[in-house]
Amino acid sequence: MSLKDFFKGLFGKDSQEPRICKKCNEEIKYSDLKANHIICPKCNAYMRMNAFERLEAICDAETFSPVDEELTSNNIINFPEYDEKLEKAKKATGLNEAVVCGTCSIGGKKTAIFVMDSAFMMASMGSVVGEKITRLFEKATTEKLPVVGFVTSGGARMQEGIISLMQMAKVSGAVKRHNDAGLLYIPVLTDPTTGGITASFGMLGDIILAEPKALIGFAGARVIEQTTGEKLPKGFQRAEFLLEHGFIDAIVDRKDLKDTLSNLLAIHAKA
Amino acid sequence: MSNLTAYEKVAAARGNKRPMGGYFIKNMIDNFVELHGDRRFGDDGAIVAGVGFLNGEPVTVIAMERGDTIEERIKRHFGCPTPEGYRKALRLMKNAEKFNRPIICFIGSSGAYCGIDAEERGQGEAIAENLYEMMGIKAPIISVIVGEGGSGGALALGVGNRVCMLENSVYSVISPEGCATILWKDATKASDAADVLKLTAQDLKEFDVIEKIVDEKDLTNEEICDNLKKYIYEEIKELKKMSTKELLDQRYEKFRKIGR
Ligand SMILES: [Zn+2]
Repeated sequence: MSLKDFFKGLFGKDSQEPRICKKCNEEIKYSDLKANHIICPKCNAYMRMNAFERLEAICDAETFSPVDEELTSNNIINFPEYDEKLEKAKKATGLNEAVVCGTCSIGGKKTAIFVMDSAFMMASMGSVVGEKITRLFEKATTEKLPVVGFVTSGGARMQEGIISLMQMAKVSGAVKRHNDAGLLYIPVLTDPTTGGITASFGMLGDIILAEPKALIGFAGARVIEQTTGEKLPKGFQRAEFLLEHGFIDAIVDRKDLKDTLSNLLAIHAKA
Repeated sequence: MSNLTAYEKVAAARGNKRPMGGYFIKNMIDNFVELHGDRRFGDDGAIVAGVGFLNGEPVTVIAMERGDTIEERIKRHFGCPTPEGYRKALRLMKNAEKFNRPIICFIGSSGAYCGIDAEERGQGEAIAENLYEMMGIKAPIISVIVGEGGSGGALALGVGNRVCMLENSVYSVISPEGCATILWKDATKASDAADVLKLTAQDLKEFDVIEKIVDEKDLTNEEICDNLKKYIYEEIKELKKMSTKELLDQRYEKFRKIGR
């Protein structure tokens, strides 16, 4: 299936509309944005990519094949307003859930890939997000494939209560089994990556990459400020802060991500 | 069983006099030797860990502890572990694995320590590493929620072959106050939030997230501790009969099936 077929609900509709840069408030024509890797041409802010744009930018043409695309969330603990939130997110994104999983080639190397989409309930992790990523790691383990993951998330999904929290352990277990089979996992942390995702598969890669200035942290900055009364240092919890403190391997410009991933996959390819 | 509401259980779990990890170590473990430090940066007072005997069985114990006096509570930052606490816990779990010693984790904390320094030293990474490594530790692990099981900071000691809760303990993805603030922009509705979050031991047993509830109603702390000790000892005996592969597969499958 081609990417355009897979995303036809979205493609040609919202995604081609002009978008407003949250940093400089400029309205930007979609074609200009697309030509500039969804980076604001006026102020150079990295705007958030949707799953379609990310897959198109990273996968070799016509190689993406989705898995578990049909899985949708149920309101398992009967949480108020959750059904409505899910419906709204589905409509806005054309996706069934906050993560798209599948296989593709990157620079000619076959890989399993997952892409989280922050437009779907801040890409929070409930049981379906946890299940899809777990299944992808299990599939990659069986088929001896590396995993590349584009990570963004507000954390565990409150609306599924304890079931969401347990997904952190579940996915981490699947990442461990993939690791123990001698296989490569590269998470790419994008803006924002917080809470339970930083505290699970976001931080579990062999090589951890990040986009420039991406917000990456565990506790919310405002919560820290309120709890401790301390003034947050400049650039706190940005990718550059994590690099300086030794928690990520490299910050890669968006335009170079595909080449960097292709190169890393080639270096790790088994003879 | 008690008929406390969900939020009354939250209050009980946080109770000022409620026994925390240190109490259970003192009353359950013989010849306990506390072991300190993460060998990386420091020693976290919110996690008390060490080795000793449970009914003659050598065990490693890792316990969250907030302290009794205000001075002690400040020193232990109210039982909220720092990255060093989680790394100390993992270091001692690996030591237990080396000597094939069962591991008991006591969990009771509002959550991982929240601060600039904790972020600088990788709070997220420390928790992630524990979830990941605990899935592969080749020794039996039993996790017990004795107080408030606050989100990822609690789960970081919670990847056990058995997970058990005291009757009036709670375990949640977010605090009821935090949930109420997000849902209704009103932290005073925490009681309603506690209901919708389904965070009681009874809820979690229903979801198959935990195996066992240890009764509290009309029992003294000593009696509760004795009953818990019996449960842990019996489960250790069962888990020791498993091969390493069975032990790891059982732990993996226990979490794998949640939300399948
Ligand atoms: Zn701009």
